[in-house]
Amino acid sequence: MTIHTIPNRLQSRSRRVLQSWETLLLAVFVTIFVINSFASPYFLNAWNLSDATFNFTEKGLIAFAMAMLIIAGEIDLSVASIIALSSTAMGLAMTAGAGTPEIIVVGILTGLACGVVNGVLVAGLGLPSIVVTIGTMSLFRGLSFIILGDQAFNGYPKDFAYFGQGYVFWVISFELALFAVAAVAFYVVLHRTNFGRAVYAIGNNPTAALFSGIRVGRIKFILFLLTGLMSGIAAVCLTSRLGSTRPSIATGWELEVVTMVVLGGVNILGGSGTIPGVVLAAFIMGLVTFGFGLLNVPGIVMSIFLGALLIGVIALPRLWGQKR
Amino acid sequence: MTRLMNSREILLAAAILVLVALIAYRFPAFVAPHNLAGVFNDTSPLIILAIGQMIVILTKCIDLSVAANLALTGMVAALMNVAGVPLPLIVLAAVTLGAALGLINGLLVWKVGIPSIVVTLGTMTIYRGVIFLMTDGKWVNAHEMTDGFKALPRQVILGLPVMSWVAIAIIAAFAVLLTRSPLGRAFYAVGGNPHAAVYTGIDVGRTQCAAFVISGALAGLTGYLWVARYAVAYVDIAGGFELDVVAACVIGGVSIAGGLGTVGGAVLGAIFLGVIKNALPVIGVSPFWQMAISGAAIILAVAFNATQGRQKGRIILKRVEAS
Repeated sequence: MTIHTIPNRLQSRSRRVLQSWETLLLAVFVTIFVINSFASPYFLNAWNLSDATFNFTEKGLIAFAMAMLIIAGEIDLSVASIIALSSTAMGLAMTAGAGTPEIIVVGILTGLACGVVNGVLVAGLGLPSIVVTIGTMSLFRGLSFIILGDQAFNGYPKDFAYFGQGYVFWVISFELALFAVAAVAFYVVLHRTNFGRAVYAIGNNPTAALFSGIRVGRIKFILFLLTGLMSGIAAVCLTSRLGSTRPSIATGWELEVVTMVVLGGVNILGGSGTIPGVVLAAFIMGLVTFGFGLLNVPGIVMSIFLGALLIGVIALPRLWGQKR
Repeated sequence: MTRLMNSREILLAAAILVLVALIAYRFPAFVAPHNLAGVFNDTSPLIILAIGQMIVILTKCIDLSVAANLALTGMVAALMNVAGVPLPLIVLAAVTLGAALGLINGLLVWKVGIPSIVVTLGTMTIYRGVIFLMTDGKWVNAHEMTDGFKALPRQVILGLPVMSWVAIAIIAAFAVLLTRSPLGRAFYAVGGNPHAAVYTGIDVGRTQCAAFVISGALAGLTGYLWVARYAVAYVDIAGGFELDVVAACVIGGVSIAGGLGTVGGAVLGAIFLGVIKNALPVIGVSPFWQMAISGAAIILAVAFNATQGRQKGRIILKRVEAS
């Protein structure tokens, strides 16, 4: 049970900004950046840094939608499985002879369809999202396993590779540009529209939100749809980058996406969080992964670090708060 | 009587019987006692873990680290065996280590107040990572383990292997603990209504912590059984098994909102998944179907739970109005 206290006087703006989670993240980001620059001579290189962004752009795309979903008090653990199913559907379209535009449409529509399934089950039938999405997590990836078994789809069209491997301008990859556009779009929707305010309202008190005229079910449905859509888009990028589809594609990504969102300062219980926080968290996770990679640290050790980071970022402020 | 007929456990048991009957219709060999005992034995780890998970879910928490806990304790048990530690000590160490790993989860939930899903998502990756740090990704293979270590879970007593007996003993012990002890009642009270639990003198956080310790200890025990039975230990054993465990609970009618569920339900949920898993190869369906089927089973079960819950919900008020 969390107890929200409302202070008698609001803090001054400058002090609030200084003490905010985002400022802390920025400090962490700069620290990691500096440490990395000293730890490896290969770090400070425009192309290397550009490569580093591939570690987080696809996950980041999903993290924006996931952030809104978690702020609204729900969660979607099926995102990685949506990528798998969406990528499998693209593979099927490719084998059926579809060109690049059709493959992309199929990928995105599959993501949307998965979002609809989650949305209907959670918002329509009122089932708890954590169980529903654990179920669809098995279901979606399971369908992918049924279709592919131990096989893989290869041989995507040449121009399809652009979405995961192409560059818009100099070192700015298509994925990074897409990430930036999505960040701005989600920032505007969450922080500058009525829809965004409604998302916070639902997360803080769904009953009060309902009584103040917010269509809670409809908004939750849209959020699941949005998460499915972003997962579909991420699937297009990832499939294009890898150039192949296996049913085990993007395994464990749901955890990394949730870690990214929570690290970005979104309250896992809903009601608070910002898009700039998530963007910073994405960069931090990308840099850490990349820095460890340059130092030849195995992937599983990075996952220990991310696990500890996830617990640490939530535990430290709470322990700090208890002491005061 | 009608309550008994409508009870979740009876319905699920009936569903399992129908399922088994359908399979038996085409493949009579499936219902041979020997084969059914084999299915039960195969499902034993899932049953043991589902009981632990159920207790955690009763207290409004979730433990996603059980499979990683199992893998870590299993690896430690295997390494102790290679180092020549006597078997009883290994089993004791596995249970203790499992409980300790559960305690870490419990303390983070109780003392630091982090939501359990975040804690166990984190410890899940950390525990698996620790196995890698300990072994550098190397496997402990069958030929490195002593015969006694591998033989214990397979030892047949009164027609059933020891692993099955362990599962039966745990089912019995926890059925008694949950319905006949203050701690068991506390688990239900904490999940059913945390505020009321506090007023009756139950420490909510401490009870949740106890649930995690139990879940961890059972995962530790299963870690030894698993590694000894399959005679191999490596980083990825039981990967993704935590989802099967949660699925068994949900199918068994354990409410994710806490306070609702029985040992019988969790056990039947596990057996349901076990029957499906063992029947697929028999009826000639690719094992690749299993993941999608268990996913669909979870969704159907939770939808079914919700419709049942709606009928029961807040009936006290209506009765007062009617009278």
